[in-house]
Amino acid sequence: MLALKLAYKNILGAGLRTLLNVSVLSLAFVLIVFYNAMIDGWNRQGKIDTQEWEIGEGQFWHPDYNKFDIYSYREANQEIDANVQQLIDQNEVLPVLIQQATIYPQGRMQSIVLRGIPADQQLLKLPTKGLNMQEGICPAIIGKRMAKSTKLKTNDKVLLRWRDINGTYDAIELRIDTIFKCDVADVDNGQIYIDYHVMQKLMGMKNCATLLVSSNSELKDLDGWNYRSTDVLLKDLNDLTNSEKISGMVIQSILLMIALLAIFDTQVLSIFRRKREIGTYIALGLTRKQVVGIFTVEGGFHSILAAIVGAIYGIPLFIWINQTGLSIGEADMGITVAEVIYPFYSLQLILISIVLVVLSSTIVSYIPAHKIVKMKPTDALKGK
Amino acid sequence: MKYIISTSIALIIVSAILAQSPAEIMQRIDDNMSADNRVIESSMTIHGRRNSRTITSISYSVGNEKSFTEYLSPAREKGTKMLKLDDRLWTYYPANDRTVQISGHMLRQSVMGSDLSYEDMMDDRKLTDVYSAEIEGDEQVEGRQMIILKLTAKVDDAAYYSRKLWVDKEYYLPVKEELYAKSGQLLKRTILSDFKKIEGRWYPMKLNFKDVLKQGKGTDWEIISIKFNTDIPEYLFSKAALKQ
Repeated sequence: MLALKLAYKNILGAGLRTLLNVSVLSLAFVLIVFYNAMIDGWNRQGKIDTQEWEIGEGQFWHPDYNKFDIYSYREANQEIDANVQQLIDQNEVLPVLIQQATIYPQGRMQSIVLRGIPADQQLLKLPTKGLNMQEGICPAIIGKRMAKSTKLKTNDKVLLRWRDINGTYDAIELRIDTIFKCDVADVDNGQIYIDYHVMQKLMGMKNCATLLVSSNSELKDLDGWNYRSTDVLLKDLNDLTNSEKISGMVIQSILLMIALLAIFDTQVLSIFRRKREIGTYIALGLTRKQVVGIFTVEGGFHSILAAIVGAIYGIPLFIWINQTGLSIGEADMGITVAEVIYPFYSLQLILISIVLVVLSSTIVSYIPAHKIVKMKPTDALKGK
Repeated sequence: MKYIISTSIALIIVSAILAQSPAEIMQRIDDNMSADNRVIESSMTIHGRRNSRTITSISYSVGNEKSFTEYLSPAREKGTKMLKLDDRLWTYYPANDRTVQISGHMLRQSVMGSDLSYEDMMDDRKLTDVYSAEIEGDEQVEGRQMIILKLTAKVDDAAYYSRKLWVDKEYYLPVKEELYAKSGQLLKRTILSDFKKIEGRWYPMKLNFKDVLKQGKGTDWEIISIKFNTDIPEYLFSKAALKQ
């Protein structure tokens, strides 16, 4: 208690030095919390968006389907049996047929992935209502990235060419019904969506599907299909955000080290200038360890003050950013990232950040204070 | 009298041609175009948006199953070899001394940015095996009489559901061919010219392939030399030959 009181008085007495140390440390503290909250917010939004637009509560893949190998798409489809059909009728799973095809926008040849999805589905956020065949023209929906790369607009017509189940070329004209805005790049880049039943007819793949999107997290086993949980399907996103966290840690560490260096210097200077005070403490009966404790607490107290100061200006700032979000523009990086990111502050994140700052500042305070143990009280009283 | 005789002979010849069934015409085209095996040295000129590039190669093929191609020029492509066995394709790149296997579907991709797919290059099935034919009519093209032949696939696995051929009545070779999708959409057009008689058969020495859905002038394919039914060593159709 004595150590805390003395530390408090000495810190306030140090004036500008304390202000400087506390300012830098509080900035490091706020930035650590903010950066990690941004990454967590991105990850959280990314997971929600991916589930809502693409993977639902998991997927069942045809055993030969490999998302990253477009040449596997051709053979990766199978007929839906009565059991799966029942699940489809109960809206437990959503069938999707995937094939490779080619479009010719403005006389350019472009390979695309053609996805057949039921027009009346409600499991995914894709605006599939417009996919019903109208007046002999096949409507299609595409994402804004795809629209940009192909220079297609709503109601534009584009020729689609594909190979049917026997390998025979076929071609029809598609009409772009809707251009949707989606933050999940995989749902958008190079993808064209048409009605599931129309696609079956075009491909000659009657009642076939490449994968099934599940709406039931309890459903994990279907005969003839390989289950892919949300954890497996979101692994890339998690890996990406984790790697961003690691690269962010480098910047945070530099900032924290600057703040800790300032505390270290302050401690070294304090011990040098306050030798008589140290000698007086020992003369009054305090053990050397108690004196080391007073100086360590004094140094560590900077971090407590930094947390309070950081909270004073950080909390209103965080609340404001949480309401407005942080816009990162429409830059398409080919990854799942929202245009506006809302940081996510978890209790765990705040506690870890506080412990990290307090612990590290206490350690750097202890290192110079430890020299006091070797001091002779008589020399200390003389200021030597 | 002479006039009557010559007119009669001409009429007999014309009626003989007209009497030919579409299947017979198709058979005569096959007789000209198909062979058990062949060795072709050719140059392929790919016309890009900004410039054109020419690639020369020598190909050895046996039926529709086996094919071995070695690129001879330009320097960047020289030594690149391709081996096709059934629906599998291996490409050997001398720059990094690597052989890459390309799966079945890859055979449908464009060859070096041209208007031809690997399948187009290697598909040598006889027309009579894949299509049934009907005569759509006659047409005169550049002063020569042509029979317009419409082919419709009779097998399930034909790449093009229908074709339209303008067949020269003298050479029994198409001067123009159009390839259609199942829906009737025109996909590709081939112009054949410079017919030469080689080993008792007429053969086009120049071809222009055009993907009509794509912009550009298409791809020119010119035959430098061609040999039919020659001895091709069996070892060429092995992966070991790629690195030799």
